[in-house]
Amino acid sequence: MTQLAELARLIRSKNAGPFELTFDIMFDDAERYERVKQSGRISREVVANLYSLPSSDVKFFFCDHARAIKATIPRPYFQGDPLDSDSHGGQQYAPLMGIEIP
Amino acid sequence: MDEIRVLSPTGACGSGFLESSFERALALKPHFIGVDAGSTDPGPAYLGSGRTAFPKAAIERDLRIAIKGARRLGVPMLIGSAGTGGADGQVDLVADIIRDIAVREGLSFKLALVYAEQDKHYLKKRLGEGRIKPLSPAPHFDAATIDRSEHIVGMMGAEPFIKAVQAGTDVVLAGRASDTAIFASLPVMHGFPEGMAWHAGKILECGAAAVVNRKTPDCMFAWIRKDHFVVEAPNPELRCTPQSIASHSLYENGDPFRLVECSGTLDLTDSQYEAINDTAVKVTGSKFIHAPRYTVKLEGAEKVGYQSILLGSVRDPFIIRQIDDWLARLDEKIKARIDMIYGDKLRPDQYLFNVRVYGKNGTMGPLEPVKEIRSHELCLVFEVTAPTQEIASTIAGVTRHQALHLPIPEWSGLITALACPYNHTDRGAIYKFNVNHVVEPDDPHEMFRMDLVDVGGAQAGRKAA
Repeated sequence: MTQLAELARLIRSKNAGPFELTFDIMFDDAERYERVKQSGRISREVVANLYSLPSSDVKFFFCDHARAIKATIPRPYFQGDPLDSDSHGGQQYAPLMGIEIP
Repeated sequence: MDEIRVLSPTGACGSGFLESSFERALALKPHFIGVDAGSTDPGPAYLGSGRTAFPKAAIERDLRIAIKGARRLGVPMLIGSAGTGGADGQVDLVADIIRDIAVREGLSFKLALVYAEQDKHYLKKRLGEGRIKPLSPAPHFDAATIDRSEHIVGMMGAEPFIKAVQAGTDVVLAGRASDTAIFASLPVMHGFPEGMAWHAGKILECGAAAVVNRKTPDCMFAWIRKDHFVVEAPNPELRCTPQSIASHSLYENGDPFRLVECSGTLDLTDSQYEAINDTAVKVTGSKFIHAPRYTVKLEGAEKVGYQSILLGSVRDPFIIRQIDDWLARLDEKIKARIDMIYGDKLRPDQYLFNVRVYGKNGTMGPLEPVKEIRSHELCLVFEVTAPTQEIASTIAGVTRHQALHLPIPEWSGLITALACPYNHTDRGAIYKFNVNHVVEPDDPHEMFRMDLVDVGGAQAGRKAA
């Protein structure tokens, strides 16, 4: 087993507008990307569980040309609302890093 | 016209670009220069307050170089989302910068000012007609929201830019605009395929962000042709690869394959990316699907109140292990003390008391999956948001005193529970975004007013377009 953070060249989170948060998991080469994609260990349901959301709230994409996996969720608080803790949404990806990939 | 060449000096006006890259790009003879000057990314305070996210001097530097370049070649320059939020006051602020540049550089040209701020009566009329519709997710939006808003702007499409250029304008300064529309407008006007125009625009609007490894903000260049487009950064040290260009559609987008604009949706499902050398990428297959209804997205900001914050930390393991209870007791103490001070003059629902606990879940809040505290110290940020700065400041002062001496059962006698490096700070007014909806206008122009102005030279007055 290898952690996702060791296989990806970049795992990041960012606002997709003020109302959504998007995650990009990006790979250097096709081999690692395909290994993660084919493993089935990352999916709409996995992201939903990690962020305590119903899976219907998660948009999930495999982007073959970009060798990237992408997920988008509603923000817990809209950007800049008084309870929002991360205006740019940049530090919300850590729970993805430890996903175990065979 | 077999191709249209487009230069984007920077992804954000005021963030900078290398002058050497810009000069190389001018040698490629662009047909126009586009500059994205705003975003919601810095948060609601800029649309709410009318301030700009980048300093005025930094905006002036980027515009001075870009306008001088455009005038030297005699090609149009299109600027969208002036002054961060793209509200009317922000357009006027950037227009003043442009006038100063014209005078100091001895330039004279025709400037179009395209305003994007929305009249409240107009919005209420459209709301009543059921022609304002929510996107997902969206806050509640009604006539009272419109009244509370400091500024509501419409995000214009390509059409106002086209109209301004067709009116003989040299420089178009627009309020809030689709970043992509700035760059797609003239290729669409010249009849290039919309899939190519909008996809190239999507890459150009971020400047050199789509290269493999961007070191500093810099320029991007595109050649848009009948069945493909090519992108390359003018700086020879920067490389575009098929992967870097394909990846760019992920950035800050909820859906990497479908990007919604006023007039339709850019569909990248069948896009193909091909390296034509070490630094340039050719893109084919991108499509644009026209929407049955033209829509204009709204952005609005309203004042939440005035805020004061207090920073403190806790090192005592007895306090750390009971931090949630300790904060709940603190909340009660503060409420009781505020009631003593203000009585009926300040109801509990008129202010917000919030504590961020760094070392526990300060960064992720409700999304934090790690529940136990593993740190030997915690940073606490106390925030008070109230109807006036004086009240917020008063409650922050109360908070400090109550938190300092809030007892715990493990110790008897007067404790000092909080380490404070500073006194509390008054942050002024704070704002929030209050709309994520689209308007269905009768036509692409009705929400946007245009003034044509002659700048520099004899400083002739305004006339309506």
